[in-house]
Amino acid sequence: MKKFLTGLAGLVLLLLIAVVGLSWHPALADVEQAQQSSFSVEQINKGAILAGIGNCAACHTVKGGGEFAGGLAVVTPFGRIYSSNITPDPATGIGRWSQEAFKRALHEGVRQDGANLFPAFPYTYFAHIKDDDVAVLYAYFMTRPPIKSVSPKNTLPFPLNVRALQTVWKWLYFDKTPLLPDVTKSEEWNRGRYLAEGVAHCAACHTPRNSLGGERKNASYAGAAIDGWYSPALTSANPALVMWSETEIYAYLRYGKTQLHGVAIGPMAEVVHTGLAKATDADVHALATYFSDLNGATKIVQNALAINTIVAKVTAQSSQVSNLYSDHGAALYVAACASCHSNSAASMNLSRPELGFSSTLFAPNPDNFLQVILYGIGRKEGSSAMMMPGFDAALTNTDIVQMAAYLRRSRTTQPPWLNLENDIVAMRRAHQP
Amino acid sequence: MTQFSINGKDVDVHDDPATPLLWVIRDHIGLKGTKFGCGIGLCGACTVHIDGRAVRSCITSLAGVQGAHIVTIEGLDPLGQHPLQKAWIETQTPQCGYCQSGQIMQAATLLNDYPNPTDANINAVMSGNLCRCMAYIRIRKAIKIAAVDMSKGHSNV
Repeated sequence: MKKFLTGLAGLVLLLLIAVVGLSWHPALADVEQAQQSSFSVEQINKGAILAGIGNCAACHTVKGGGEFAGGLAVVTPFGRIYSSNITPDPATGIGRWSQEAFKRALHEGVRQDGANLFPAFPYTYFAHIKDDDVAVLYAYFMTRPPIKSVSPKNTLPFPLNVRALQTVWKWLYFDKTPLLPDVTKSEEWNRGRYLAEGVAHCAACHTPRNSLGGERKNASYAGAAIDGWYSPALTSANPALVMWSETEIYAYLRYGKTQLHGVAIGPMAEVVHTGLAKATDADVHALATYFSDLNGATKIVQNALAINTIVAKVTAQSSQVSNLYSDHGAALYVAACASCHSNSAASMNLSRPELGFSSTLFAPNPDNFLQVILYGIGRKEGSSAMMMPGFDAALTNTDIVQMAAYLRRSRTTQPPWLNLENDIVAMRRAHQP
Repeated sequence: MTQFSINGKDVDVHDDPATPLLWVIRDHIGLKGTKFGCGIGLCGACTVHIDGRAVRSCITSLAGVQGAHIVTIEGLDPLGQHPLQKAWIETQTPQCGYCQSGQIMQAATLLNDYPNPTDANINAVMSGNLCRCMAYIRIRKAIKIAAVDMSKGHSNV
């Protein structure tokens, strides 16, 4: 027995040595800070666009803080991981990183000093970024104003905080297969896929993860709950009544709203209005081309007539007056929501968001609905300059449960949300300072 | 510090960003036409326009209106001669009057969306504005008079 235990211990030790050994990456040397003049304006501008499509600022900037100075907590099921300072500050940022070190971080998830980065930094997607694009991103970041700022320490417990062990995660979940162009598809489609699977890292939010934080196999873009919000399915599993066609996706990604699907809120509002706002029309169309193929909209074409029929049906149903005396949820809707959200039967007014088409209301997960009801929609989110106040101090949990039941029943084809009260309690708690 | 414009005038307000807009309008800026009713966005008495749309100011936070253009009953028409205000007087709509500024602000958005509103439109859009005096019949009548007036070329909002 003793021999066996010694053997086992030896084996474990060997395995650990192997992991640490194989995870070893050399530290890359410091370089003199790159001179601003060593990058062309064209490179920097191209980098700015790509950094927008990648929405780097969202994670690498604290609300109200200096751009790209890091320090934002990425809340994971394992603990908090604070984003790094990616300004060119030599002491606290990446000012002394060579382009080689920058590229290794993007492509392999390894820091300048050779330690593994955690996959909260989405290198698994950035691995697809072409070298030319890495170069322009480097030019862009090296010419940002340097900001001295040290991010707080991560709160990952031992042994999850051991960076060497990330090598095991990489073996399991880091698929390094390069994205080869699909010659059966258009150039636009290939461009869309390149952006979506690479720098834009759409799957980081829209693909559900397993208990170890790896993307779940065979669940690509199936929709996922993340950080108090729900990222809807981008596949045919999306429950929208009107297909997410190229036109609809383009409108959503470009303007943050479509009448037939609703508005971009929460983290997606930032993606649209801050990040993708820098992208060219051609690139937004490319993304729309890729995703409208992924969800099957290109195969099932709904013509204008078919869409008009759906609009007529939805608005007719929404404009029906419920029995307010027996249905508390309906009564609350009339008092609190209808002044803005009601529409005439058979027509939709551009200024009046129709809940019968709201992606938020159709989603299998109630998080976005609760975020909107409780905390509203800001002027910079959703439809520009149209805001919705939050009802967190106005409606009780029971009110919201009943209103949700009424809206799901009267406006959607979806089953009721179960255990909603628990979700409301959890969301209110998460919002407490 | 929150900056926005109210009735065409730029203001800077130093207050807790969570302060309800209604408090700011009444107590800081001193415009008393907008009323406190229920305080939970369910009666409509506090309705103002934010960027041209009727919104309940009692549940809107100060932080939420950074950069916005706000119009209250005092700013709906510089002379108080908006077609809705004239129709309100013509029909002697108010009884106690407490809810009326909210009613008129909501009705202005209604007429913006539906220049020729049906009874169903009025019911749907105005049902969130309560009137304890039960002036609803006259409110409906005044809205229709104003709609006709405005269709003759008066500008709205």
